Amino acid sequence: MGAEHLPTSEFDIEELEQSMTSSDPADAPEMVQLLASDGTLREDVQYGPYAAHLDGEALRGLYRDMFLVRRFDQEAVALQRQGQLVMWPPLLGQEAAQIGSGTALQANDYVFPTYREHGVALTRGLELSALLKLFRGVSSGGWDPREKNFHLYTLVLAAQTLHAVGYAMGLQRDSEDGVSVAYFGDGASSEGDVHESMVFAASNQSPVVFFCQNNHWAISVPTEVQSRIPLSNRASGYGFPGIRVDGNDVVAVHAVMRWALEHARSGRGPVLIEAFTYRMSAHTTADDPTKYRLSAEEDAWKEKDPLKRLERYLRSSNTADDSFFEQVEVQGDELAAKVRAEVLAMTGPEMVQSFNNVYADPHPLVAEELAWHREYEAGFADADEAGENN
Amino acid sequence: MANMTIAKAITAGLRETMKNNPKSMLMGEDIGALGGVYRVTEGLQAEFGKTRVVDTPLAESGIIGTAIGLAFRGYRPICEIQFDGFVFPGFNQITTQLAKIHARSSGDLSAPVVIRIPYGGGIGSIEHHSESPEALFAHTAGLRIITPSNPHDAYWMIQQAVESNDPVIVFEPKRRYWLKGEVDTESPGQDAFSAKVVREGTDATIVAYGPLVPVALAAAQAAEDDGNSVEVIDLRSISPIDFDTITTSVRKTGHLIVTHEAPTFGGVGGEIAARISERAFFSLEAPVLRVGGFHMPYPVAKVEEHYLPDIDRLLEALDRSLAY
Ligand SMILES: Cc1ncc(C[n+]2csc(CCOP(=O)(O)OP(=O)(O)O)c2C)c(N)n1
Repeated sequence: MGAEHLPTSEFDIEELEQSMTSSDPADAPEMVQLLASDGTLREDVQYGPYAAHLDGEALRGLYRDMFLVRRFDQEAVALQRQGQLVMWPPLLGQEAAQIGSGTALQANDYVFPTYREHGVALTRGLELSALLKLFRGVSSGGWDPREKNFHLYTLVLAAQTLHAVGYAMGLQRDSEDGVSVAYFGDGASSEGDVHESMVFAASNQSPVVFFCQNNHWAISVPTEVQSRIPLSNRASGYGFPGIRVDGNDVVAVHAVMRWALEHARSGRGPVLIEAFTYRMSAHTTADDPTKYRLSAEEDAWKEKDPLKRLERYLRSSNTADDSFFEQVEVQGDELAAKVRAEVLAMTGPEMVQSFNNVYADPHPLVAEELAWHREYEAGFADADEAGENN
Repeated sequence: MANMTIAKAITAGLRETMKNNPKSMLMGEDIGALGGVYRVTEGLQAEFGKTRVVDTPLAESGIIGTAIGLAFRGYRPICEIQFDGFVFPGFNQITTQLAKIHARSSGDLSAPVVIRIPYGGGIGSIEHHSESPEALFAHTAGLRIITPSNPHDAYWMIQQAVESNDPVIVFEPKRRYWLKGEVDTESPGQDAFSAKVVREGTDATIVAYGPLVPVALAAAQAAEDDGNSVEVIDLRSISPIDFDTITTSVRKTGHLIVTHEAPTFGGVGGEIAARISERAFFSLEAPVLRVGGFHMPYPVAKVEEHYLPDIDRLLEALDRSLAY
């Protein structure tokens, strides 16, 4: 049964969209947009200068990154469907929010992601297949967070927002350059940890950027259940700036993020960015969006596809031609093939490895249980050798 | 008699509760149109409306804290926590508030809140989706904790939980959600807060609960093929624990093994071992043995089968026990 069959009164799009803004439209913040849906550039006095450095090559780079991570994501979905991954949270639709923000970061900035920030990982230079270890069930982490200043994925929603603030407090104490960035969703914004992290960040004027991807859905629950006002408006309650940006406009996201990072870096405290975007795919591969949303809503957002938008601009401004797009496709297929091969080669760890690293220092109980486990397993090997188990 | 899965039995039990008790209400993340990630509340919002089946904001402390306030107004909130590992943002409200309200108010107030938590491993998932945190709650006085292992109990225990005037946590064994069985919708059989002998035996007793009851039964069957008669007790209630039923069994068999998925150290098994040593010391022919999880974060899916107690681990413990 598709959502078409659900009572429309519950899923009226207009009603939904109205409720997404403040009850008084005058209170709704303006949404920063530099590249309109039709691919034309827009003037913006405040944030325009933060995109001025984006020359043809940089814009093609943004497109390439968005394309590559989308291709990677498709491959991960396919791998999950083929039983190679336990599950997968697709980023389809959120490429601009992630690539735009991630490319604004400096090497010494530190990212605290949730679990869908595959695009940010790409901008940090992470080997993308490392992201899949968690979802293949071979690791609870998968990479050394310090190598690329990209923290491990977090599955308990919002927990990492406090870590981001603590990290920023550390940067402050050490008088070190760098900004800590907390990524989280519109659903997670309801968790108490987000409130506490904003209180701490404001209280300390810490160099942290809260980057909320409002993709409109927390699994089956629309944003209106989490907030009756635009999420970016919440920042003022804590005493720091909140910006709402068109999350499908990679140029605007990049510019706004640069502004926010500069703000935080220069000691002026935290910023909240709400990237207004849409999860075009299912929440995870275990989810069935037809149960809770209308396909008409999905279709409407397809028109705002972040890749198509930049492609329109690149073509109309003669910044890129067919050969560029063909070349990117080839790169995408190469990446996908590489990731696939790497995933298939990922074998499970041995059980004994699960006893490692439970503690940093030796622990007698773990040692005792490990010894028991070894002996127990050896019993089966002995039995096999003696032919008892045949 | 009806044949259904545990998941559908809980749905049916919730439906009965909602029909019989106008003050009962469901709250949680994604429980409305989606019917919960395990579809346990499927169809209930369409049936009872959005004010009685509430998709809450995404906030566990918020869900449980507001449920407590609603309970002060006479409501009977039934909260769904999406997965075991996500109860912790609500841990504060459960342990410092919910559990203590009756005592702190000298009995003037009570908060009959029910919290449903799908728990346990064996579903090949990622971290925080396979944990068994029951001991953390069992250690807190003021809470009742139950866990059904079959559809009949699932149908009745959820209703009995809502009827209880105390807060009740229902740990639902998620890897058994699809286990089918007969449900006698006429009679509950017995009280939710008691244990049940699900297989009679004379040589040893295995106490199990929730997801491990079928494993214990299979181990008992295997033991019988080896000539040993094993009694299996489905604990059903983790707080309180029905020590009388266990004591009676141990007086008969002299050997006791307790099994659960949660880490052995500091687990419910330790409490049972200690109590039974006190109560039936002279009947015991061997120390009480525990077969549980290891002292580690729940491991990755690729090795969880080595972590979870299985038939072989139970038989090994049985051999050790009988060898005394
Ligand atoms: C503390 C906690 N509660 C519940 C969940 C289960 N859960 C996983 S994702 C999700 C929805 C998250 O929505 P949002 O924050 O908007 O992020 P999105 O997945 O849309 O990017 C829920 C309820 C969880 N992971 N952690």
